[in-house]
Amino acid sequence: MSAPKAVLVLGDDVSTDVIYPGRYMATVLPSETPQYAFADLGPFNARLKAGDVPAGSVVVAGKNFGCGSSREQAVSTLKGHELVIVAWSFARIFLQNAINLGLRLVEAPGVAASAGDELTVGASEVVNVTSGKRYPVRPLPAARQAIIEAGGLIPYTRRRLLERAARR
Amino acid sequence: MTVVQKILARAAGREAVAVGDVVEPAVDLAMSHENAALVINQFLEVFRGTGHAPAVWDPSRIAIIFDHRVPAESSKTATNQKKVREFVAANGIAKFHDIRGDRGGICHQILPENGYVRPGAVVVGTDSHTTSHGALGAFAFGIGATEMASVWTLGCAVNVEVPATIKVSVRGVMPEMVGPKDLILHLVGKLGAAGATFRVLEFHGAAVAAMPTSGRLTLCNMAVEAGATSGIVPADDETLRYLRDEAGVSEAVPLVEPDPDARYERSVDIDVATLEPQVACPHTVDNVRPVGDVAGRHVDQIVIGSCTNGRLDDLAVAARILKGRKVAAGTRMLVFPASGRIYQEALAAGYVADLVGAGAVVMNAGCGPCLGVHEGALGDGETALSTTNRNFKGRMGNPASEVFLCSPAVAAASAVTGRITDPRRGGTP
Repeated sequence: MSAPKAVLVLGDDVSTDVIYPGRYMATVLPSETPQYAFADLGPFNARLKAGDVPAGSVVVAGKNFGCGSSREQAVSTLKGHELVIVAWSFARIFLQNAINLGLRLVEAPGVAASAGDELTVGASEVVNVTSGKRYPVRPLPAARQAIIEAGGLIPYTRRRLLERAARR
Repeated sequence: MTVVQKILARAAGREAVAVGDVVEPAVDLAMSHENAALVINQFLEVFRGTGHAPAVWDPSRIAIIFDHRVPAESSKTATNQKKVREFVAANGIAKFHDIRGDRGGICHQILPENGYVRPGAVVVGTDSHTTSHGALGAFAFGIGATEMASVWTLGCAVNVEVPATIKVSVRGVMPEMVGPKDLILHLVGKLGAAGATFRVLEFHGAAVAAMPTSGRLTLCNMAVEAGATSGIVPADDETLRYLRDEAGVSEAVPLVEPDPDARYERSVDIDVATLEPQVACPHTVDNVRPVGDVAGRHVDQIVIGSCTNGRLDDLAVAARILKGRKVAAGTRMLVFPASGRIYQEALAAGYVADLVGAGAVVMNAGCGPCLGVHEGALGDGETALSTTNRNFKGRMGNPASEVFLCSPAVAAASAVTGRITDPRRGGTP
């Protein structure tokens, strides 16, 4: 099986308005948000909706991916397509929302790719198989590890709720 | 310790905290707007299969304000709002502000003006501009809907890493037609869109001391545009004045100040005496230039309002510039006060008459066109000049349009000429 491909390559400061435009915010259900992923990037949105982008495909971006709004739709819309986001850095709220919902984000400063490049995304490095370049991965905030290990914030909170109830 | 360290130590029941410590601060106020509809879904999901009936930890600490899509622009929104109303009634949430001309408005104005935010409080909100409430000396930050569901369940924010703080010292006296919006645009330009990510901006200096709470709300509101977790102005006499005279808080309010030996990651110094009116150009908020660099550009739509600049003094500046004049032909102007209370005060002061007489459309209090959901979308190739806080591609509903950000003075002066105009030049671009 070949490595996943970079299906979309973007620059710095990709905002939540680009990922999930505000005009679709009345749609909240994770089952419904994926149709509007990158809605204003028409051809890519069309590929997503056509089922033309395999799960595990990679979006490559620069610094500050996910800047702007706290809208969780910007995460659930990407999670719905099982995309992996590899960027130089992420904006805080987007990063936390992604951890909370289990969207895979990988911070790899300097990462560069062209659309169609094959990438292997590991725990400690990202390798652009096509260009032969390797990029070390910066670990996600340690404070959030417990949430990642629990499988997201809902199961984590549920466990905490039950622990608290048991102590009473 | 810095102000935020002190707040987190208190809220986590600890003597002291250091940068990087992981704490679980008790939440004093948890705010949502229409996205409470999603919070409710996630909240019910937490309880599913646990054998426990869904119960919020403390309804008196939850605030829900409808502002993003008011009145509802679609049946889908109306149904979401109905669902939230039902939840509010079933859970006894008193700090609920529905679509009303008297006590409704934008969450980041409703919270301060009703005295819901106090110095030293931990405030979380499912809105990135929750940073606004740092203006009252609170530690306030934006979170997602699922994280809010966790707060509603547990009453604390889980796994919060104590952030480093950048000290921003602002000296000098603001020149005529230069204000808090110009200061924060300048700072965002200087720091960059990610320059303060995972940091707090703590504001100090004579220019901040002299600034009313309304201006401090503008500053802290846009701290997030530099990526900051939060902005904060240590509470002072002005904070006490605001809480007493404008927010109706009668009880004693303790202040939280930074220690003299508080450790800052770095310091940024700004002198406002030489500051010019600033404009953030498309399509990032840190693309900031002095107004002169872009003066003369045609503007199709002027917008004055939002959680950044929809307060009474913002409307006063606009009314003063537009009184007895006209919005230029070929340009439309939309004004949306930040709250019903401000709308009524602007009516009483004659500002609404001045603005409407000039040709502006004064809309109901709420977020209006800021996030491109309804009211005031832009056409293909059109340009907006707006006192709101974001100019991302597509922000005002159309990726083929451009949004420039500015102060109310620049917006009003530009409305008269139909072109981006330096308000210090008395009506010529």
